[in-house]
Amino acid sequence: MLDENIVSAILGLKLSHGHPIPFLFTKSSELGKWVFDESVRYPLTKILIKIAQKYPDQKIGVVVRGCDERSLIELFKNYQLQKDKVIAIGIPCSQDLANRCRCERPFPSEIEDGEFAKPVEDYSDIEEVEKLPEQERFLYWMSQFGKCIKCYGCRNICPACFCPSCTLEDENLIKPGGMPPEIPIFHLHKAYHMADRCIDCGLCEEACPMGIPVRRLYRKVKKAVKDLFGYIPGENEDEKGPLEFLGDGSYELPGTGK
Amino acid sequence: MLSYETILTTCTYCGCGCGILLEVLDGRIIGTLPQKDHTITQGGLCIKGWNVHQFIYDQGRLKRPLVKRDGKFTETTWEEAIEEVATKLNRIKEEYGPDSICGLTSARCTNEENYIFQKWMRAVIGTNNVDHCARL
Repeated sequence: MLDENIVSAILGLKLSHGHPIPFLFTKSSELGKWVFDESVRYPLTKILIKIAQKYPDQKIGVVVRGCDERSLIELFKNYQLQKDKVIAIGIPCSQDLANRCRCERPFPSEIEDGEFAKPVEDYSDIEEVEKLPEQERFLYWMSQFGKCIKCYGCRNICPACFCPSCTLEDENLIKPGGMPPEIPIFHLHKAYHMADRCIDCGLCEEACPMGIPVRRLYRKVKKAVKDLFGYIPGENEDEKGPLEFLGDGSYELPGTGK
Repeated sequence: MLSYETILTTCTYCGCGCGILLEVLDGRIIGTLPQKDHTITQGGLCIKGWNVHQFIYDQGRLKRPLVKRDGKFTETTWEEAIEEVATKLNRIKEEYGPDSICGLTSARCTNEENYIFQKWMRAVIGTNNVDHCARL
């Protein structure tokens, strides 16, 4: 693809000192260091936004799993990337990883190599909390949120978070300063914003240094949006999120796609 | 020219030394990512770690030593600065003894630098008054 000038570069992982790290391959001679390690996941599509902002006219290839492809769809929809400037190179996840991730779509629409893993529909993580009595459930979440050290890691790593000004830093909504951040409002704001955008990749939970099960919360709101509106983020490019209809246009943010 | 890479390194903010990746776009550092496969930190960072790249190009960053002359900080060379510090430390040591001097080192230095510093305090200055912010 690089030699035939189909793309100017390919964003993937390269092996550096034994660790797979994100790298933009611009020459085919560099591809010797190419690596794919499914246990090490980086938000490649989010990194691509930064590159595309500086090079909006370059066509760039990006390695995608099922979750990455869903985030690409969300990013096209929200004008953060231009569809005709991105070539997705699909790689399926193993059944083992799909099971661990409880992934409903552990593969992108087209794959270069390998086999499609079976989709996993497992909401036992949510059900486990839901069956607790209300008071206990409330205490469970409050004690989880109370661990927060406000690193914003869950937002920073999220391949569906891209707003130039973030609600979590809006002092009218969330009181600035103090630790932990104002709970539960801090986490509920994030959850509300993820409701029709979360592509359920789980990077947020992996990034949390305090082990807060944030993905469980976002899966819950995502499920509510699915049950109420029949909408699944990252699935259909032409379908807008239900919460966008209610908005004031603030979702329509400047990006390379607009 | 189009180039993006990440550089595997260690966060310098505190003694924890979390694994980070500095994102470099066309030779300029634009962001930080956690190192996902770091044995200890496993892809977690605090708010300082996530923003560790910001001080690199900060306007307020000191790039040369400053010395206070007539109540004002002025830029100087390393030779002059070290000369000034050495002269004053020698004078204090002669006048009040080595235990009147205390050395505080930083978690933002390497283990080896901190070792050299305590050795220097003990062997050259002659005091055990050494401490380190990461000991807190």
